[in-house]
Amino acid sequence: MEVLNEMKLSFPSRSQNEAFARSAVSAFIAPLDPTVEQLNDVKAAVSEAVTNCIVHAYPDEIGAIELYARITAGRTLYIRIKDKGCGIADIKQAMTPLYTSCAEGERAGLGFAVMECFTDKLTVRSTPEKGTSVAMTKCLVTKDEQF
Amino acid sequence: MPVTVINEGESVTALLKGDLDHHSVMQIRREIDSALSIAMPQVVFLDFSEVGFMDSSGIGLILGRMKAAEGFGGRVVIKNTNPYTAKMIRLGGLGSLILEGGKKKERRS
Repeated sequence: MEVLNEMKLSFPSRSQNEAFARSAVSAFIAPLDPTVEQLNDVKAAVSEAVTNCIVHAYPDEIGAIELYARITAGRTLYIRIKDKGCGIADIKQAMTPLYTSCAEGERAGLGFAVMECFTDKLTVRSTPEKGTSVAMTKCLVTKDEQF
Repeated sequence: MPVTVINEGESVTALLKGDLDHHSVMQIRREIDSALSIAMPQVVFLDFSEVGFMDSSGIGLILGRMKAAEGFGGRVVIKNTNPYTAKMIRLGGLGSLILEGGKKKERRS
């Protein structure tokens, strides 16, 4: 697997960094000239994963979020977003659409559903009290290039 | 300000601006709710014409305003979405709230 480019960012779990993370990933994939829809899908998936870290992983503290992104041959984007927060005891329940552990704050319970729907592959690993790692893969091939 | 709220008596229009995410909706929610608690309108228009991006926090914002409007017998109507904000709204199961045929724009004073 030929790695064409990669990057790693670390930032505190402050809500203004949701926009920063989206913008950083947008800039990173800009050389691939993605379609507006692909760009929006990636931004939405990143936004959901980072928001989960801020809202759920570190509910009462500011912790570190690590974002790693890689582009490999075939216009494949891999993004991994990691935290060292409280972790998820029941991943299956957390990934159920409309489920939210957050009684207040008007969370729709759609974070993982968006990540799943807007990328090609989603993998969630988590250990309670240790943290969570969300990995997403999306192929940014355009319609013209498929054949 | 990420939202401008226009009170038109029977309706209130919230003109949303910029990116709708967990960070921005906190302020937007406060602005809209303070207008709704005074006006208690029959229709709450959420105008997406100046929204470039939204994640599921925007769905939470819509659901919360639906709940608030139900409290005084009002309803929420979404207008002027683009294909990407509409995609997110449909994913959240709220596609039926989108006002189709945007040509017939609501008059704004």
